[in-house]
Amino acid sequence: MLDILMIEDEPNIAEAVRFILSREGWQVALHADGAGGIEAIRGAKPRLVILDVMLPHRSGTEILAELRGDQDPSLAATPVLMLTARGQASLSLPQADAVLAKPFANDDLRAMVRRMLN
Amino acid sequence: MPFEALVAGCLAYVALMFGVAFAADRAASRGRVRWLDHPAVYTLSLSVYCSAWTFYGAVGYATRSGLEFATIYLGPTIVFCGAWWGLRRLVRVARMHHVTSIADLISARFGKSNRLAALITLIAVIAATPYVALQLQSVSLSFEVFATDSLTDIPLAGGGGTALWVAAGLALFTIVFGTRNLAADERHHGVVTAIALEAVVKLMAFLALGVFVVWGLAEGPADMLDRIAQAAAGHDGWLLKPDRWTALIVVSGAAIIALPRMFQVLVVEAADEDRLAVAGWAFPAYLFAMSLFVLPIAVMGQQLLPADANPDLYVLTLPAQSGQNWLAFLVFLGGFSAATSMVVVCTIALATMISNHWLVPLWLILRRKPQTGDPEDLRGFVLNARRLAILAVMAVGWVYYRATGGTAALASMGLVAFTGMAQVLPAMIGGLLWRGANRQGAYAGVGTGFALWLALIFLPSVGIGQDPALPPSVDPLAFAICLSLALNTLAFIVFSIFGMPDPVERLQGLSFVSAVDPVRHGRMARGADQVEPLLVMARRVWGAEDALRFFQSEAAAQGKSGYLPDMTPRFLTRLERRLAGSIGAATAHAMIDSVAGGSELTVSDLMQVATEAQRAKEETQRLENARAELARTATQLREANDKLTALSIQKDAFLGQISHELRTPMTSVRAFSEILRSPDLSDADRDRFAKIIYDESGRLTRLLDDLLDLSVLESGQAQLSITPANLHDLIERALSAASATQPQRVFRLDREPLAEYVGVITDADRLLQVLINVISNARKYCDAEPPVLSIRVRRTLRGGAQIDIADNGSGIETARQALIFEKFSRLNDPARAGGAGLGLAICKEIMANLGGEITYLPGQGGAAFRIVLPRRPPVPADAGLRRA
Repeated sequence: MLDILMIEDEPNIAEAVRFILSREGWQVALHADGAGGIEAIRGAKPRLVILDVMLPHRSGTEILAELRGDQDPSLAATPVLMLTARGQASLSLPQADAVLAKPFANDDLRAMVRRMLN
Repeated sequence: MPFEALVAGCLAYVALMFGVAFAADRAASRGRVRWLDHPAVYTLSLSVYCSAWTFYGAVGYATRSGLEFATIYLGPTIVFCGAWWGLRRLVRVARMHHVTSIADLISARFGKSNRLAALITLIAVIAATPYVALQLQSVSLSFEVFATDSLTDIPLAGGGGTALWVAAGLALFTIVFGTRNLAADERHHGVVTAIALEAVVKLMAFLALGVFVVWGLAEGPADMLDRIAQAAAGHDGWLLKPDRWTALIVVSGAAIIALPRMFQVLVVEAADEDRLAVAGWAFPAYLFAMSLFVLPIAVMGQQLLPADANPDLYVLTLPAQSGQNWLAFLVFLGGFSAATSMVVVCTIALATMISNHWLVPLWLILRRKPQTGDPEDLRGFVLNARRLAILAVMAVGWVYYRATGGTAALASMGLVAFTGMAQVLPAMIGGLLWRGANRQGAYAGVGTGFALWLALIFLPSVGIGQDPALPPSVDPLAFAICLSLALNTLAFIVFSIFGMPDPVERLQGLSFVSAVDPVRHGRMARGADQVEPLLVMARRVWGAEDALRFFQSEAAAQGKSGYLPDMTPRFLTRLERRLAGSIGAATAHAMIDSVAGGSELTVSDLMQVATEAQRAKEETQRLENARAELARTATQLREANDKLTALSIQKDAFLGQISHELRTPMTSVRAFSEILRSPDLSDADRDRFAKIIYDESGRLTRLLDDLLDLSVLESGQAQLSITPANLHDLIERALSAASATQPQRVFRLDREPLAEYVGVITDADRLLQVLINVISNARKYCDAEPPVLSIRVRRTLRGGAQIDIADNGSGIETARQALIFEKFSRLNDPARAGGAGLGLAICKEIMANLGGEITYLPGQGGAAFRIVLPRRPPVPADAGLRRA
């Protein structure tokens, strides 16, 4: 079972996150577009979704809302970590389980993911 | 006295006059007019009435006709005795209406009719030309007295050369000091001061001669009286002729007002009406002094000089004969002064009338579009017209003098001029006193009088036609004067009664007549109960605050507290003047009368009020427009506020976007720099991550550069370096620079190289930046295979250029076309390829700075942009300021 699905369009950020989390032993998959994001989640059924707020074609908030409304209750309850580049002001994303502002400390990312996976 | 010495003395005198006139003009131009405005100067300048005719001719007149000469002094004396009552009001009206001549005054009164003014000018010119000739004749005659030893053999037209020189010199003087500027009040300080000085010389010379005659030639006053009585006996000129004398007194009284030169000094040159208080007694005194010794000189001349000596020259020949060379010279200067001052003032007055009522209207008619002329243009023309008129008047006078070969009797020509101008008087006096007088009446009166004067007086005087056959008991001159003036007045009254004045005329009539009688005694000294309505009325005109302030200050001036002054004439006059400044003299007068005087409003008063109410309505309309303007401004302000609010929202969004754009690369940089710190990395990873950090920090720098660039461009403060450039070169450079973007893609270029050789004046580097951006975008986003880039250059009609750059990709969807030039528009673009989306926003700002624009061209089968350049970039708004 896939540990983490990350939906992030910035290739360098995605690369960094995957590198950091892979070294902790988690299995990380990547989807680089808002479009197709929810299908990727449904297909992979990851234990954790890392979701960028600002995505091309479909925003992270929309994807999150659809996920929470999914018919499959276990899928709808998937923990979601939101990444945002909008600064502290937009940290209140009630449907997300956690929010991390870019740029982040790698330790914060690791700690947060670890807490959410356990 | 040698003739050369005479000429030298004469020239010195002329130089003195030039000097005095120049000094007075200078003083006046520096604002030092106090002594120039002294009533004495004014009174002395009035003595221009005593021309050479009076100076030389009065003695001749007395020799021929006895006491009759006194009539020409009596008329003015009677008029001046009533100066405070009559002339004062004339001066007030004239100054109120900025009148420049008698023709101007009458035309202003009768509805500002220029034709009437032109007619009066014609009369003045016809009447004055012989008169000017007469002065020239008198000067040359007096020269002849010195040039020849004989007393009897003086040719009347002998000194043609002298007259020419005199005429030329006078023309020069008049042009220099009479047409220096076009002052609004038409005053000539230099001329007036010089004339005042000449008046003193004139008087001194005549008095000195008189004293010499009475005490030097005769043996004192008693002996003199005996001689006069002796001469009077058996001379028919000494018989009292009531009809003739009355007529002469009337015309000379008319002449003191109506002669162009008299109107000039009496009315036009008067600074205000107060100086008439002095002139009212001083001028008759001057006339009396001038006439005192006329009879003694005449009698002594008859007794001491040969019978065929010219009596007009007794004043010169008497002292010369007695060996009193210096006295003769002084008398000569007196006569010279009399002649020159008359000619100068007469010429100025005639030139003003000719240019204002003949030449300028003609010029305005001949020019098809008078409104295109700027005022400066007309001003120059008026001055030149005046100079021309001066020359013409002087020349005609001289020609007349040469052509007629001189006139035997100086006095008769003077009377012709007097009677001519007297024809204007009924219209003038009627216009000032009678509100019912109108233009038809003025035309009829002046026209009738003019025709009769021509037929009965002027033409016979120049030898055309004959005096009408009259019974011997009727004096022809008295008959002509009475007939012309009576018919003139009759026609004036009858036509006025039956004619209908137009509104302008009514307005002018009311204004003239009410100025003549400004303070009605009937509305004086009433109770304070009348003051309050006045305050109410003033409030309506000025508004509450101003009205209260005026009334309070008036009450304080009377020593009262509060806001209600006593109804003194002084207060009413001041109130009327203040009101007149706001609503016009006529309305102010009528309003005050209706409230304070209780006098009934006449129909024409009401019409006047209606006319001015119309003006008030226009004023209201103007205010209404101003209010609408204010409302528009308020709307604009509201819009500006909305825009600012929207901008503020935009600014927040923009800051959010900037934050996003900055945080994104920083996230990579921070993450990888932490990763790089861990020891267990392969070299390949380390290299890769370092490169990512390098790229992302470059991206940050680019973003900051773009943001700075954009803010500079948006503020319009971008420093442009404008040079000529060739579009072909720029396109080449742009293509080569853009090839660094996606270098692996090979584009087929579709160009027309020859058409690209278009020279433009612009900031080449900035334009290059735009071209690179557009071409790079094409290289990034064109999704066609094989990709084609087409470039077309064309000159635009207005001397600018346009560049179309298009690719063959799928283009931009219609909905997004409007957005692509916005900042961060590529934010949600799947293919933003690391760009922040500022490129096209910068391009748009650059083109705006260059005075052109960049637009998206839809329907080109791909993404297509059109770049339009103006002929040259606009000058920044503040560049001019900086230069200044």
